[in-house]
Amino acid sequence: MSMSQTTAPAASSSPPAPPATQKDGRTSQRSLGRRLLARPEVGALIAAIGVYLFFFAVAPSFRETSALATVLYQASVMGIMALPVALLMIGGEFDLSAGVAVTTSALTAAILSFQLSMNVWTGVIVALVVSLAVGAFNGWLLIKTGLPSFLVTLGSFLILQGANLAVTKIFTGNVASDSISDMDGFDQAKSVFASEFSIGDVNFKITIVYWLVFAAIATWILLRTKFGNWIFAVGGSQDSARAVGVPVKFTKIALFMGVGAGAWFVGMHLLFSFNTVQSGEGVGNEFLYIIAAVIGGCLLTGGYGSAVGPVIGAFIFGMVSQGIVYANWNPDWFKAFLGVMLLVAALVNLWVRRQATRR
Amino acid sequence: MTTNETSPNGTLTKDSSPEDNTPIVELRDTGKSYGNIRALHGVNLAVRSGQVTCVLGDNGAGKSTLIKIISGLHQHTEGELLVDGSPVHFGTPREALDAGIATVYQDLATVPLMPVWRNFFLGSEMTKGPWPVRRLDIEKMKQTADAELRNMGIVLDDLDQPIGTLSGGQRQSVAIARAVYFGARVLILDEPTAALGVKQSGVVLKYIAAARDKGLGVIFITHNPHHAYMVGDHFSVLRLGTMELSAARSEVSLEELTNHMAGGAELAALKHELAQVRGVDVEELPEAEDLQAPVATTPEGTKP
Repeated sequence: MSMSQTTAPAASSSPPAPPATQKDGRTSQRSLGRRLLARPEVGALIAAIGVYLFFFAVAPSFRETSALATVLYQASVMGIMALPVALLMIGGEFDLSAGVAVTTSALTAAILSFQLSMNVWTGVIVALVVSLAVGAFNGWLLIKTGLPSFLVTLGSFLILQGANLAVTKIFTGNVASDSISDMDGFDQAKSVFASEFSIGDVNFKITIVYWLVFAAIATWILLRTKFGNWIFAVGGSQDSARAVGVPVKFTKIALFMGVGAGAWFVGMHLLFSFNTVQSGEGVGNEFLYIIAAVIGGCLLTGGYGSAVGPVIGAFIFGMVSQGIVYANWNPDWFKAFLGVMLLVAALVNLWVRRQATRR
Repeated sequence: MTTNETSPNGTLTKDSSPEDNTPIVELRDTGKSYGNIRALHGVNLAVRSGQVTCVLGDNGAGKSTLIKIISGLHQHTEGELLVDGSPVHFGTPREALDAGIATVYQDLATVPLMPVWRNFFLGSEMTKGPWPVRRLDIEKMKQTADAELRNMGIVLDDLDQPIGTLSGGQRQSVAIARAVYFGARVLILDEPTAALGVKQSGVVLKYIAAARDKGLGVIFITHNPHHAYMVGDHFSVLRLGTMELSAARSEVSLEELTNHMAGGAELAALKHELAQVRGVDVEELPEAEDLQAPVATTPEGTKP
C-alpha cells in the first residue's frame, strides 16, 4: 500500500523510542479542522447545508415549517431503509433487492391478512418473517457461492419483482392488494407504523422519529459494539477479519437480515398509510438507498462509513425531491439533480479521505 | 552433497535431541491435497515452548499450505495434526486461536482503514455492561493496546490512526504484540521480514526473540536463511511439498542452510521429482516420458 511507503522513511529515521518520552514525535497533532474532515459524513453535511440554503433562497414556500415536515417525511421513509443498506455497504456488500423487498413485505402482510381474514398483526408478523428470510437467503447464497453480492441480489431483485406482480394477480386479479382498512387491528397497527403527531400547528409523521431513533441505534451498534467492529472488519478486509477470528458468515448474513428488517418496517408503514399496496412499486428505490449511503460518505467498496452519513444523505434526497416541487420546477429534473449530487458527493468523499489519511 | 541426507519419501531427521516435554503443536506425516494436486505431504514438525522453529522454502514449496493447516484456514487430508499430544482438525481460525495458536500473516494481518486499537482487539473485543447494552470498553482497550505496544517497544501517539498509515514493520509488530497479548502459546509468522528493509527486519527479529523468551513456541516462515539462522532453534526446509531437511541448530551450519535454500540441493530435488513421477501413471502424463528419458535404464522406469 502506498501509505506504508510514504511513512517508511520516517520510521527508519526515528530515534529508537526513548522510554521516558511519551510521544514518538512523528504524528504531529492534526488540526481540529483536519480531524473533522476525516469524519465520513462531513462532506455530506456541507452539501446538505448548501442544498438547504439553495432552496431556501429560490423557493419561498420551502421556508415554511410545513415544508420542512414534508421534506423530513420524504427523507425518513427513504432514510429508514438507507440505514441498514449503509451498514451492509460498510460490511462490503450490496443489496439490489432492497427496493422491491419493501413491496414484498407489504404485499405479504396485506394479502395474507385479507385472504385469511385474520387480525392484521398476523400479517405483520408473517411479513417480518418473510422479510428476514429473504435477507437471510441473500446472505446465505452469497456465503455459499462466493458470488458477488451484486449478482446474487440482482437475482433476488428479479425474483421478488416478478413474484410481487404474479402473486398479487393470483389473489386479487389486480395489480394492487385489497384494502385492509376495515380489518381487525388495522387502527392499532396504523397508530404504530403510520401515525402523526403535531408540534404547534404542524403535523409530523411518526416515521421521522423512528428514522432518527434507528439512526442512533445504528450509530451505537457501529461504533460501540463488537458487531460494529466486525462490520468494519468484514468490509475492510474479509480475509484478515476471518483470520483473526471474526465470524464473517454470521456478520454478513446478519447484515442482509438487517436490510430485511428495514424493508419490513418501511413496508408496514406504506401499507398502513395507504391501506393498499401497488405490486409494481419499489423498483429503483434500491439505488436511492445506495445513493443516500454514498452521499453520506460510505465507501462503495466497504470498510468505511457511518450511520449518520446516510441520514444526511436521505435528508438531501428529501430536500431535493421536495425543493424542486416548491420551486415550481419541472419535477423531471429530480433524477438529473440527484445524479449530479451523487457524483459531487463521491468526488468530495474521495478528496476528503485522501486529505484525512495523508499527512 | 545432500543426496545421502534425504531419503526419497521423507526426511532424514538429524534432530536427535530428545525433548522432555510434549510439543505444543506437532505434525505427523501431514499432507494436503487440493483435488488431485498434492500441495503438501509427509511433513513432520514439532513446535515446543520457548523454541523458534524455522520453516524455509522457495515459492510454491508448500509453506503457505503448512501454516494454513496449523492456523485452521484449511484442513489437512493426510496424517495428523496434534495439539498437546491429541489429534485435532481445526474447522475455523477461531478454533486454532482458542487452542492458543495465533498466526501473523504477511499481508492479511490487519484491516488497513480501521484504527490501531480496533485492529489490536479485532475478533477478541473487550466489552462491558449487560447484554442489551453490552458495549466495547473503548478506554480500557486503548490503554491496554498502548501498554502492550510499549512493552514491545512500539510507541504510537495516536492509536486512532488507521493502521494502514503505519509502516510494514510496525504493522507486523502490532500483529505480533496482539498475538502475544492474547495468550498465544504458538505464534506462526508468515514471512514477516519479506517486505521489510534491513532495519525493520531487525525490529521484527527482535520481537521474535522476545516472544520466544516469553515461552512461546514460534513457527517462523521465511525464505531468508540469514534471518532464520539469527533466531532459529530448529530448521525445516520444504521443497515441492515435502520436507527436505529437518535439523536442530547444532547440526546445521548457515552455509548448509543457505545451500539448501539457494538451489545447492537442486540435484537431490530433481531426483526426488523423478522418483515421484515414476509413481504416477505415465500414460496419463506425456511429459513424464521426457522426464524419465535420462534414467530410462533403471528398472523402475518401466514398471507402470
